[in-house]
Amino acid sequence: MNPIIELDGLSVTFGKRAILKNLNGAVKGRAVGLLGPNGAGKTTLIHTLLGFHRPRAGTARIFGQDIAMNAKSLRAAVGYMPERDSFIAKMSCVHFVRLMAELSGLPSEAALERAHEALFYVGLGEARYRSVDTYSLGMKQLAKLAQAIVHGPRLIVLDEPTNGLDPPTRQRMLKLIREIRDSGRAHILLSSHLLRDVEECCDEILVLKDGRIAANCNLDDERKANRKFIELETRGGERAAFAEAIGRLGCEYALAGERRIKLVMQDGIEISDLYRLAFERQIQIRRLNYKRDSLEDIFLKAMEGEETEAARGGNGNVRL
Amino acid sequence: MSVFENAYGQYEGRLTPEWSRFLVIPRYNLREVFRSKLFTALFCLCFIYPLVAAILIYLHHNANAIALLRINVRELLPINASFFQYFVELQGWLAFFLTVLAGPPLVSRDLANNALPLYLYRPFSRAEYVLGKLSVIVVLLSLITWVPGLLLFALQAYLEGAGWLWSNLWMSGAIFIGSITWIVLLALLALAVSAWVKWRVVASGTLLGMFLIPSVFGAIVNNLFLTRMGHLISLGDLIKNIWRGLFGHFVREADRYRTDSIRGRGFVDVVLLEPPLWACWLMIALVCAACLWLLARKIRAYEVVK
Repeated sequence: MNPIIELDGLSVTFGKRAILKNLNGAVKGRAVGLLGPNGAGKTTLIHTLLGFHRPRAGTARIFGQDIAMNAKSLRAAVGYMPERDSFIAKMSCVHFVRLMAELSGLPSEAALERAHEALFYVGLGEARYRSVDTYSLGMKQLAKLAQAIVHGPRLIVLDEPTNGLDPPTRQRMLKLIREIRDSGRAHILLSSHLLRDVEECCDEILVLKDGRIAANCNLDDERKANRKFIELETRGGERAAFAEAIGRLGCEYALAGERRIKLVMQDGIEISDLYRLAFERQIQIRRLNYKRDSLEDIFLKAMEGEETEAARGGNGNVRL
Repeated sequence: MSVFENAYGQYEGRLTPEWSRFLVIPRYNLREVFRSKLFTALFCLCFIYPLVAAILIYLHHNANAIALLRINVRELLPINASFFQYFVELQGWLAFFLTVLAGPPLVSRDLANNALPLYLYRPFSRAEYVLGKLSVIVVLLSLITWVPGLLLFALQAYLEGAGWLWSNLWMSGAIFIGSITWIVLLALLALAVSAWVKWRVVASGTLLGMFLIPSVFGAIVNNLFLTRMGHLISLGDLIKNIWRGLFGHFVREADRYRTDSIRGRGFVDVVLLEPPLWACWLMIALVCAACLWLLARKIRAYEVVK
C-alpha cells in the first residue's frame, strides 16, 4: 500500500523554539492515530500538513505530493476538523456547511445537496436550519465533522473529535469515524489524547513526544507480535506437574489462583504442544487467553523507549 | 456523492474555477448584511440623491417642465463637473456611514469563532479571503457611488448629445476613479479594524475615530502653525483634495490674508497652501498599505501566541 503521509526530515520552529524535530517516517493505515502528551507537537504537525506552517527544514508528502509544491491540489483532497470551536456565527448549519463546500470548489447546487446529505449523515438533519451558535457542544462537533466531509475528501484530519462529548455523542462520533474508515473511500488521521478512542478507530499509530516520533506502528501487527503471554484455566489432574512440564519446554510460568497458569511462550513452541501435555496429564484446558498489549501498553512503552533512546543520544525515531 | 444512502464517498462532480471562489464570500456576507434593518434603511436612503440628480438632469432637457416651473434650471444648477463632484462627495460620505455599519463584523466574527482555519485549510488562500471580504464592501459602496454616478453621466450624455459626451468624457473617469479610491480606502480600513477589534461597537467607534480624531488633530496643526499641511493626516481632507483634483477644482492656495505682528515684523501676507496632490495620493496609498500589512498580520489560520 502506498504511504498516505510521508515525513522527510520535517522540522518546524516557532521563533527560536523547535516544535517538530527532524521527523522521518511514513504512515499507510486506513486510520492513523496521532498520539502524544500535551505539547508533543500533534497539532503543529497537523497544521504543517495543512500548510498553515512553513517547515524550517525537510518536507512532507500526502498521497505522494509535496505539501509545499502542491498545496492547493492537496487541500482539495483534505478535510479538517479543528480541535477548537470553529464555525461562522449567525448562520444556519446547512448554510455554513454549504459555504464550506462551495469554498472547496463545489458548485452552489451540488454544495447545497451535499450539505443536506452530510448533515443527515452525521445526525444533524433535524437541526440543520438552526444557527450553529445555538448548538450544544456535541452538535457543534458533529457540525465540524460535516464541514470536514462535505466535499468528499480523501484524507480527513480530525483533531480531538471527541473532546467534551457526553458518552452517547462520543459513541456516535466514533461510530461515524469507523464507518468512514470502513467505507474505504477516505483515510483518517485522528489526533487524540484519549487512547481508547484511537484504539477503537485506528489501525496504525504515530506517537509524538517533544517534537519527535516516539513510535510508529501498525496496531494489529504490534498486538500479534506480543502474542506470547498466555493465561490458561485448567480443571482436574495435577496442575503443578503440568506447569513443570511446561517449564521443561523452556517456557517461563507462574501459578495464579487455584486453576490458572500464566506463561510466556518461547519460539518454536506451539499451542498444540500445551494441549498435548495437558492430554498426557489428564488435565482439561477450559480457557486459553492471549494477553494482548493494549494501546496504553504500546503508548507507555513508546514513551519509555523515547526516554531510553534520548538518553542514548539517538534521533528519537523508534520503531516498536 | 459522498453520503448517498448514509455512506461516505468522494465528490466526483464538476468543480468551479479557482479564480471565482472568492466570490462565494460576498454572496453569503451580503445576505447577512441586509438582515440589519438599520443598514437596509440607510442603503435605501442612499438612492434618494441619485434619484433627485436624475430628475434634475431630466428637467434640464425637458422644455415643457422648464416652462411649467418658470425657472431656468440650466442657469440655477448647471450640469457640469461641480454637479458630479458634489454627487461623488455626498455619496462618498453616505458610503462612509454604510461602511461603519457593515464593515466591523466582516472579519471579527470569523476571528471570534475561530472560523479562519475552516476557510484556509481549503484550496482558498488568505489573499482570496481578504479579496472576498473586500468585495462585500466594494459591491455595496459601488452600488451607491460610481454606478449611479456613471448612470447619471450616461443619462446626461444621452439627453445632451454626443458633443457633450466627448468633451466631458474625462468626468466619467473622475467619477469612477474618485469613487473607487474612496471605496478601497474605506474597505481596507474597515477590514483592518474588523481584524483587530473583535467587538462590533468598539470597531464601529474605532472606524469613526480614525476619521474624526486625525481631522481634529490636523485642524489644530493648521491653526497653530498657520498651514494646511495638517490635512495630510486627515483622511477626509485628503480624499476631498483628490476629488477636487480629479474634477479640476483643486487649487493649492487655500487662503490668503494679511495678519499683524508675527514676531514683530508688522503686517504680513499669509498664504495657506494645501498639500500637493501627489502627497495626498501618497498618503492614501500609505494608509492602504498599512491596512494590508495589518490584515496580513491577523488573517492567519492559527493564532500566534507569544
